[in-house]
Amino acid sequence: MREIVIISGKGGTGKTSLTACFAMLAENKVLADCDVDAPDLHLLVAPRVRHEEDFSGGVTASIDLEKCVECGLCREKCRYGAISEDFVVKDYACEGCGVCFHVCPENAVSLTEGINGKWFISDTRYGPMVHAALYPGRENSGKLVALVRNQAKVLARKMSLGLVLVDGAPGVGCPVISSVTGADHVVIVTEPTLSGLHDMERALGLVKSFRIPCSIVINKYDINEDVSDRIETKSREESAPVLGRIPYDERLIHAMVHGRPLLDENRNSPAAKAIRDIWNRLQEAVKETA
Amino acid sequence: MIISVASGKGGTGKTTAATSLAAVLGQKAQLIDCDVEEPNCHILMNPVLTMQKPVSLPVPKVDMSKCTLCEKCGQVCQFSAILVIGKEVLTFPEMCHGCGGCSLLCPEGAITEDEREIGVIETGMAGDVEFVHGKLRVGEAMSPPLIRAVKSMINPDRIAILDAPPGASCPVINTVVGSDAIIMVTEPTPFGLHDLRIAIDAVKELGIPLGVVINRADIGDDDVRNYCHTAGIPILMEIPHLRAIAEGYSRGRLLVESAPEYKERFIELFNMVGAMSKGTGASEVSSHA
Repeated sequence: MREIVIISGKGGTGKTSLTACFAMLAENKVLADCDVDAPDLHLLVAPRVRHEEDFSGGVTASIDLEKCVECGLCREKCRYGAISEDFVVKDYACEGCGVCFHVCPENAVSLTEGINGKWFISDTRYGPMVHAALYPGRENSGKLVALVRNQAKVLARKMSLGLVLVDGAPGVGCPVISSVTGADHVVIVTEPTLSGLHDMERALGLVKSFRIPCSIVINKYDINEDVSDRIETKSREESAPVLGRIPYDERLIHAMVHGRPLLDENRNSPAAKAIRDIWNRLQEAVKETA
Repeated sequence: MIISVASGKGGTGKTTAATSLAAVLGQKAQLIDCDVEEPNCHILMNPVLTMQKPVSLPVPKVDMSKCTLCEKCGQVCQFSAILVIGKEVLTFPEMCHGCGGCSLLCPEGAITEDEREIGVIETGMAGDVEFVHGKLRVGEAMSPPLIRAVKSMINPDRIAILDAPPGASCPVINTVVGSDAIIMVTEPTPFGLHDLRIAIDAVKELGIPLGVVINRADIGDDDVRNYCHTAGIPILMEIPHLRAIAEGYSRGRLLVESAPEYKERFIELFNMVGAMSKGTGASEVSSHA
């Protein structure tokens, strides 16, 4: 079984729109949406949820004010400023480290498994999908990403499907690291802006540090062809092949409004053709580096 | 006064709005890039950076001559960053959240703290604007401690504009907490709306006043506007999809440079945000400032 992960570094480069097109083109696959912070893939593939489970992933502290003698030790030892003046734990600041629980001389602090989100197995227009929703503002998105990837692999094995196609998160931090570690191939979708180039370089640095084969897609390449050329030069230096350039196409937004991948909305536009070529080259690249 | 610029969905124009807002406020402003995973403000602001300092997280260091292998550290650690295996204590610094629990609670006093660098803070000037950003070391998972360190550079004598990371989880909360107002930048598409709603939900419990800027306002559909009207969230500004702005951005130009007619609009935006915030003494900025 192979696992291909699509990430972007910079947000808004078209990662999810491209993943949805790949979902149409790929056979025998399970989809996994690992952008658990702000998942969007479901908006293009019409999932029907078949299985749903809570995600915990950590504890949060709470203080029993009946037992609390307001000695202030917990507040002094908490490095996250999570305990208020009147000894209430601020959920959004609590890291779940448990230090307050251990230092409280009155046993007034308890740690409870918080429910930080949900994860789902769904049927979509293009095959099964594992996805999740981290509750807004919650921690541990890296753990939830790992869970979604594992569940997608379990499902693929059960259904004898040979590919897991993963939509990753923007950035280079916790959820991204959790999305790419151990993958067979990573695709970085970028755009020809100086920010896109900068963020791609950082994402590429991350993927290379894990020694994972990697390739690049330049979306909206015609916004600035000079920067597109610079991206291509940089990719060559880093031995990450550019799989192709996709022209700017407003039909992508129309497709999104209609809740469909671009390829489903319009099969023959220049952008649609570019995406099909990119998919073919990606399959070759994955074979070569396997 | 502290204004956070956040977005939910990435690539909607958060950095575009934050940098232009800082640029029109000039010497009144301090721009702080809290998107430490992928900081981009410097590309548009071209600051002269004069100070760099490393930011570290405390991680445990075990003195095996004092350790009795009691396993307290492993039981206390919620993040599996320290474990007793056989006659050894293994530490996993990349898993450590720096809470200090193991060193505090070790009955033998065998654990002290070492520093692990997670990134750097750089400061300088971009014209009249004070500039601060953080850069997370590539390969480092934990951005919130670096974000908190970047925010420690907030200058109370200036209007601090915080460019937040995308998404709606801990890095965003760590950025916006303590702000007087939040500007949410979105685009009128299903992705934009979906992620805007999540982001607004995430910051709701902080009780900070917020308004929306709709970028590329003439693409997509009307659902973002309808949502804002129904939820009673003010739409502070709409920016159309202009080729000149997109091209300028691709070259690292500010929106107010590519489309100078927006200078006045950004001053108006600031005044609206000032009025919206809890009245922290922010004075009006006239368009001739």
